[in-house]
Amino acid sequence: MTDLSHLRADFPVLHQQVHGRPLVYFDNAATSQKPRQVLDVLRHYYEVDNANVHRGLHELSMRATDAFEAARVRTARFLGADRPEEIIFTRGTTEAVNLVAQVWAAQFLRPGDVILTTGMEHHSNLVPWQLAARRSGATLRHIPVLDDGTLDLEALDTLLDGPVKLFAFVHVSNSLGTINPARELCAKARVRGITTFVDGAQAVGHLPVDVREIGCDFYAFSGHKMCGPTGIGALYGRYELLESMDPWQGGGEMILGVTLESSTYKAPPARFEAGTPDISGAIGLAAAMDYLDGIGLDVIQSHGEALTRLAWEGLRELPGVRLLGPASPRAALVAFSLASAHPHDLVEFVNTQGVALRGGHHCTQPLMKRFKVPGTSRASFYFYNTPKEVQRLLEVLREAIRFFG
Amino acid sequence: MPISDDLRDLYQQVILDHSRHPRNHGELSGDCIHVHGDNPTCGDEIDLWLKLSPEGGVEDLKFSGQGCAISQASASMMTVKIKGTSKDKATSLLEDFRRVVTGEGQVADEDALGELQLLEGVQKFPQRVKCAMLAWRALEQALGEGSGDVHA
Ligand SMILES: Cc1ncc(COP(=O)(O)O)c(C=O)c1O
Repeated sequence: MTDLSHLRADFPVLHQQVHGRPLVYFDNAATSQKPRQVLDVLRHYYEVDNANVHRGLHELSMRATDAFEAARVRTARFLGADRPEEIIFTRGTTEAVNLVAQVWAAQFLRPGDVILTTGMEHHSNLVPWQLAARRSGATLRHIPVLDDGTLDLEALDTLLDGPVKLFAFVHVSNSLGTINPARELCAKARVRGITTFVDGAQAVGHLPVDVREIGCDFYAFSGHKMCGPTGIGALYGRYELLESMDPWQGGGEMILGVTLESSTYKAPPARFEAGTPDISGAIGLAAAMDYLDGIGLDVIQSHGEALTRLAWEGLRELPGVRLLGPASPRAALVAFSLASAHPHDLVEFVNTQGVALRGGHHCTQPLMKRFKVPGTSRASFYFYNTPKEVQRLLEVLREAIRFFG
Repeated sequence: MPISDDLRDLYQQVILDHSRHPRNHGELSGDCIHVHGDNPTCGDEIDLWLKLSPEGGVEDLKFSGQGCAISQASASMMTVKIKGTSKDKATSLLEDFRRVVTGEGQVADEDALGELQLLEGVQKFPQRVKCAMLAWRALEQALGEGSGDVHA
């Protein structure tokens, strides 16, 4: 395992005691911590360049606009998009799904059409499609999840042969750690003329992602899960597709001309970015991308794999532990249930030892039902976590098992 | 590794025992009130069945559910205490119990609460008050409006 522990110095938040113990932050799938390099950029922006974008001819406005648009270019490069105009800044993954589920769905879905998702979707890549189905008269179908936490790819072919218009799936499952074969799934959809939407919330910044290589039509992610600020994320959309879509929210920035009766709209991405955007967020996101590329996404991924293997092997030896998801390949998280303690009791226990886990349904209630568990406990890792912290988790879990008996 | 006093207070043996071996667990059939309670943020669930006597007392009650030790133990301990009481008594126990777990207000009758006072440890864990109150919210609904759903 590459030793990345020197990077911990970049994260002030990691150096604190919680309940008298050194903090072990294992809730990275919920949100990651932010390095000084990102915090400094945010501060610099507000202290030196702050102005509104695209609407001033003065120096600061031009600087802010340049930095904001440079962030778009940076994001396009990070995702392997063809051009920056394919990047729409959003609040995050959830907003990106809702944008497509409202605009694209309203225009292109007809009664009888099928929206295909999977049994392992985060609520944010499920509920917006349910709403879209209700509004359009389309129906929703799901690819089942197999016992090992992977998708039933045999069922997939049959399902795709139905009247499917859109296929939305999660790239990396936040509850199982499953890495779905995004490229293969998109290829199967593409030959049938089906539009694809990939939820990359747990993938971007954690493993190399290239939207052209994946071959998807839409791809969404959140900045806060990859060292960026909260409140910023992006929707990637193939340009022709974006160009064919109606506006989403109306307001300033997205218009060409307005009369009292009607308006004409700008081309993408401006068409989908009404109002003052999260300028500092976008700039901070670009800084996070610089930071992560400085480490290397393959390095980040293999470090995560090593920590996960360590945790997986350790957990397997504990009595009464049931691990969910495939053993490998998997993302940098472990999710498990314990015979003697409900996830909330376990999370409460480990919290008093300074360890931050997440317990519950992880916004994937259908999946919990599928595996017949009320919820799970999840430890999710990032590059600043260490093998020593994983050992500490295992030690605390052994104590918890003794306590709850 | 030292385990904090707050945690030991939260998970006392009596509480863990009730969560592992819930009393009055199951369903009631026939003419009875049924309330489903859940806590959408954490997924805890309680189904409460309650039969009122002709005089308006709680003749019998049972529960089933899933959730953390606190929510299930609280439900179990509640059924033990409430079974056979009058409606008024049940209501005053409910009010006192809320005071115990939130730490707000003066408990009117400590002796009546008995074992339920052990859930006082919840005060130190404010995010768990909802867990402890879930079954009681279902009881409140059952005694007030009758069958239905409650969300913590
Ligand atoms: C797989 C997945 N999809 C979507 C989301 C939603 O992301 P956000 O809340 O940042 O919009 C998350 C975050 O929890 C996630 O893990």
